[in-house]
Order: sequence, then C-alpha cells, then structure tokens
Amino acid sequence: MRRILRQREWVIDHWRYPGEPASQTDALIVPLAELRAQPEQRMRRDGKLGVRLAPADDPEQLRADLPHLSLVAVEFPNFSDGRAFTQATVLRRLGFAGEVRAVGAGVKRDLLPLMARCGCDAFDLAEGEDPHSALQALGRYSVAYQKAEPLPAVERVRFGA
Amino acid sequence: MYHYDALDQAFVEQRVAEFRDQTRRFLAGSLSEEEFKALRLRNGLYIQRHAPMLRIAIPYGLLSSRQLRALAAITRRYDRGIGHFTTRQNLQLNWPKLPEVPDILAELATVQMHAIQTSGNCVRNVTSDHLAGVAADEIEDPRPYCELIRQWATLHPEFTYLPRKFKIAVSGSGEDRALIQAHDIGLRIRGGAGAPLGFEVWVGGGLGRQPILAQRVREFLPAEELFAYLEAVLRVYNRLGRRDNIHKARIKILVKSLGIERMRELIEQEWRSGRERSPRLTPEQLARVRAHFEPPPYETRPDIDPTCGREAPFLAWYRYNTRAHRVSGYRAVFVSLKAHGRNPGDITAGQMEAVADLAEELSFGEVRSTHDQNLVLADVPQTELYRLWLRLRELELATANIGTLTDMIACPGLDFCALANAGTLSVARAIQARFDDLDYLYDLGPIELKMSGCMNACGHHHIGHIGILGVDKHGEEWYQITLGGAGSGRAALGEVIGPSVPQAQVAATLERILEVYRDERAEGEYFIDTVRRIGIEPFKERVYATDLAAA
Ligand code: HEM
Ligand code: SF4
Repeated sequence: MRRILRQREWVIDHWRYPGEPASQTDALIVPLAELRAQPEQRMRRDGKLGVRLAPADDPEQLRADLPHLSLVAVEFPNFSDGRAFTQATVLRRLGFAGEVRAVGAGVKRDLLPLMARCGCDAFDLAEGEDPHSALQALGRYSVAYQKAEPLPAVERVRFGA
Repeated sequence: MYHYDALDQAFVEQRVAEFRDQTRRFLAGSLSEEEFKALRLRNGLYIQRHAPMLRIAIPYGLLSSRQLRALAAITRRYDRGIGHFTTRQNLQLNWPKLPEVPDILAELATVQMHAIQTSGNCVRNVTSDHLAGVAADEIEDPRPYCELIRQWATLHPEFTYLPRKFKIAVSGSGEDRALIQAHDIGLRIRGGAGAPLGFEVWVGGGLGRQPILAQRVREFLPAEELFAYLEAVLRVYNRLGRRDNIHKARIKILVKSLGIERMRELIEQEWRSGRERSPRLTPEQLARVRAHFEPPPYETRPDIDPTCGREAPFLAWYRYNTRAHRVSGYRAVFVSLKAHGRNPGDITAGQMEAVADLAEELSFGEVRSTHDQNLVLADVPQTELYRLWLRLRELELATANIGTLTDMIACPGLDFCALANAGTLSVARAIQARFDDLDYLYDLGPIELKMSGCMNACGHHHIGHIGILGVDKHGEEWYQITLGGAGSGRAALGEVIGPSVPQAQVAATLERILEVYRDERAEGEYFIDTVRRIGIEPFKERVYATDLAAA
C-alpha cells in the first residue's frame, strides 16, 4: 500500500497510477497522451480522474480538462530537471484547485519546499525518503523573497503579487 | 550599500543551516554524489583539481570594508591566505575543505554575505557597472535594481533548476560597462530626467563554446514590470530550453533556434498570461532599496590638479588607474590586481585588510570588484590621491597598467581548474615579462587582452580585443588567437587569425600583432579601431610570415 505526504499528513493513497489495476470506481491517474486518445471515455468514469504530465508536456493544454480533473501529477525525475516547477505554477495560475502531486525520483526533502511553493500539495516521496524529515523540510524556511502557495510554513515574504 | 533587514538575515541563516545538514548527510553517505552536487553547486561549491573551490557572491561587485576584512579572515583561517577575484565580480577560494564549508558560509552570513547561486543551473550573481553611482555618464544608478533582482532570484521556487546557468547584467550608463550583450539577459536603464524609468531588454547572449551576442527583445519595459517580464523569459526558457545536451542548453541556443521574433512572441504572450501573479516592482519596494544607495556624504571640494609638481610614476598612475568622478574634487581609483609576476585577480589576505583600511580612511568604507578582476575605491578625494598612491605602491597594488595590455583577464587554467587545456597563468606571466616596459604599454594604448584555458570561456576571450584560448593538441598546450572582439561599446566577437601557436610562442606572437598595429595605426588611433579598419589579414600575414620559433 502506497503512502504519500498530502498537505502535512502521511496518508494512505487511494489513487491508482498508470499501469496499476483499477476498477470503474477507483480514482485513476492516466498519462496525458491517454486522456487525449480517449477523452469521452475518461470523462464518463465513475471514479475520480487524474492526469500525469511528463516533463515536456505543456499544462496549458489541460485548460479545458481541468474542471473534470481532481488531480494532476507532475514529475521531478531527478535533482536537475526543473520543468515541473513551472508546470505546477501554471496549473495554479489556471485556477486548478485540485491536488497537484509531485512524483518521481527527485521528490526528496531538499526540493520539497520549492515544490510546495510552486503549488504542489502532495508528495509521493522517492524510495527510501523519510517522511518525518520531508515534513520537517517543509518548515525549513520561515522567510522567502517570492510570494508562494500557502503550504510551506513561510511566515514572511518580500515581494507580493 | 544595501544592508540586510531581518528577513534577509533570517534567510541566509536558514540557508546555512540547510546546507550544513546536506553536507552532513553527504559525508554520512545518505545523500548521493549526484544529488549533493546539485545542492552544493547552488551554494557556490565546486569540486576542482586540488580541492573544492568555493565561489563567494559579491552582488554587483559591492563590498564594505567590514566584509572585505571578513573575507581576509576567512581566507586565512580556511584557505591559504589568498583569494581570487573573477570576471563575474565574485571571489573564489581554491583550497577550502569540504567539511568546513558550512562554517565558512556561517561566517559569511555574519557579515551579510553568502555563496548562494554562484554556480549551478540557476540565476547567478547579478553583475553591473563597477563605476555605478559615480560615473559621469550615468542615467540612473543600476545597483538598486541589481539588489532587487538578487532578492527576487534568490531561491526562486520556479527557477532554481533551469536547463543551464542564467546570468543577468544591468547597465545604467550611456557607455555599457556591464557587458550586457554577453549575458542571458542584459538590461539597460532607459528614461530618467523626468521621463518614466524602464529597461531596454536584451536576451540570449553568452560566451562558452558557442559564443553569441544578445539581441534586443524589448525597447522599453516599464520598471514596475521588471519581475513579471523576467519571470516570463525564464518560464519560456525553463519550459523549452534543451535539457538533452548540456552544450545546447543555454537560452542563447533557444533564441537562436526559435529566432528572436518567435522568442519575443512567446515571452510577450507569457508575460500577458502571467503578470497578474508575478510580483510588481512597487514604488515602495524601489524606494526602500534605493534609500540604501544614497550618495555618501561628499564634502564640497574644488576640482584641483593633483598631478601638479608630482613625479612621473604618479602621473602615469593617475592617468591610467584613476577615473573622472561625478562629484567635483573626487576621483574613482583602480586598485590593480595585475602586478607583473602575479596571477591576474589574486589578492592576499594582507592586501585585503590593507585595502579595507584604505577604503575606510579615504573612500567611505566601500570597495568594488570589477569584471576585469581589479578593485575600485570609488570616492577618493583628489587631495588624498598622492598619499593613496604611496600606500598602494607599498602594497604592490599600484601597477599603473589599467586598460593596457597587461591588465589582462586570465582564468585559473590548469593550475586549478579540472576542465582546463592550458596553463593560462604561466602564459600570463610570460606576457607580463615580455611587456614589462610601461612606456611601451602606454604607447600601445588601451587594449583588452582576455585569456581562457578552454572553450568554456571563463576568461571572456571572445570579447577581448585580443583573445587567447588554450586548446589541447595531442596532449600539448596550444593557443588560438582572436582579434577584434569587444564587450563594451560596440560589442563584437573576435575572429580567429589562424592556426594556434605553442605555449612558448604566445608572447612572441603578440609582439608581432602589436608591431602591425604600430606600423598601421593612424595618428591617435586605438588598437581596436585599427583592427576594425584594416581587418585581420595584415595581422595574419605578419604573424605567420616566418617561423616564430626562429623569431
Ligand atoms: C576553476 C573552476 C571553474 C570551472 C570548473 C568553471 C566552469 C565553467 C564552465 C563549464 C563554463 C561554461 C558554461 C557554458 O558554456 O554554459 C564557465 C563559464 C564562465 N566562467 Fe567559469 N569556471 C571556473 C572558474 C571561473 C573563473 C575563475 C572565472 C573568472 C575569472 C569564471 C568565469 C566564467 C564566466 C564569466 C563564464 C561565462 C561565459 C559565458 O557567458 O558563457 N569561471 N565556467
Ligand atoms: S575557461 Fe576552462 S580552464 Fe578556464 S576556468 Fe573556465 S573551465 Fe577552467
């Protein structure tokens, strides 16, 4: 059973990932390409629907789908590919209020505060990453220069929008 | 200069604590080499030939005497009592020990300094004009904007893991001394004198293995849109910049492949979509930071001629190492880190402390570093120049060669850098020895000589009037020579004059190039202008006419 850090809780995850067995009522995450291939079918599901973006995907393309989605997963494959920081930012800018989940081998405590400040509110931690340390890392900075999404415990910010 | 408030101070302290923890995890084996690399680079730490190398940020080259003393103490305690000023106005330590780096950063934080984002694929130290605030041709002091950009870029949640490094320079003068066309984004302040202030925006410049000059993407950006526009550029770059090939990852390549027109469209579109959520540069923010850059309390002083009745070496120093000041009775003074026989840009802890003392006595306690690897005392009363010269001379910081051939830039090369093909520092020594006659240097006039030990171009060789690049030929060090490059004024990339020459012949080759100049120059014509007028052919002919070894 998979656990993830959602908001500040270490919770059991009920979502099914691409490739995992899922019933019609399960909450299911599909890759963007699959949503594109079979749009109507996906929209008619009984369970919740989520989409997983690959780093090269443009979140603007999801604009019309967002009202039907409960979750968008963005991928941090390592400590170098930072495209998902922009994807998360753009999703929030588009008004998406559902879960933005960080997935991938780069989802570790060192990057968590940045992910959270771009709008990720759930973290499928990389293998072996300790949830307590990850949670602590979210509180690492009490100050920031840029305005940010509310999850990390940033108390004071220099530049507001 | 800017002084930290509680937020700035809390931030650097929390950053040090985070890095201390990361270093501990790395040393304990719980953080991989690869991951630690990404983290340490964003804290200024490289692993080099002999040891780690720590690059300390000197935002837009401005230091207080107290900070300079702290740097001296750090180099004594954690290094070998020597520091190296870079072409990006920063200071590098070549011998720190990894487990002690968090302590160094903690000491820096006590004097409002850090090493954040001085390396790694993120927004780097913002650079500017070393004569900002004192230059006679200034439209507006660029430093408040540099400081605001520094803060905005610091640990920006969206733009700290970019495809590649990202460098921003700001110029506030008629003459661009900040080399804005050699930067990923270059900003030129426009307006002023009653008109609204803003920026001309240039994008896509960079040197390295594929040198490209920036192109103008916007003629006028209102100042309050500064952050929104920077975010638009960076967002386009973060999304579309190449990540499959490190040598194609800079924004210059993206601009080149899309074309400036398409790039402009994408940026403007992104700017329109994103600006609501980007921070505005409010008049209050600007005023708050500007207040830190108010002119120092200048005294009313008449303009005098400080050279009256003084000896010739002082006159030469005055002419080459000092510059006109906006305020009557003052001069800006270069502290030359180009003494012959020394590595360009090197400074000892003792020299740092002495310069700190001089800054306090004679220049309102501030020092600047330049992209030519020198220091500047910007506000010296003309009446004190002679005394200052005597002191600098004792310190071996008064070589009267600023702007001349031996005021050359050289990267550390083989002596320190793991990527080097060539021992740039020994070539620098050979050149200094060959051109040791100051009168000859003065006759040659202003020449910018810039040297890099490999195609990464840390020494800016492409934009040297004379550029020297170390190349590897079957395990031997050879040097390729370019002519006609320029970073300021009319920016241009140099042209290669022909086959590279072996190390032992670099100085002799230069000599031939300079002979051609002396033969061909019109009355009062500078080297770069002669090259532009006659082209590289005459130089090429002479250099390769006869065997150099026999010369
Ligand atoms: C000793 C260790 C150093 C290493 C490993 C290093 C590495 C590099 C690399 C790989 C690049 C190329 C980046 C690219 O093309 O995208 C670069 C560029 C640059 N480096 Fe260094 N560097 C070192 C020291 C220095 C020093 C001492 C200076 C100043 C004297 C310096 C100034 C620069 C500058 C100005 C550039 C920019 C060129 C551009 O715009 O592309 N670096 N460095
Ligand atoms: S130009 Fe090359 S040799 Fe010189 S410091 Fe840069 S990477 Fe090293």
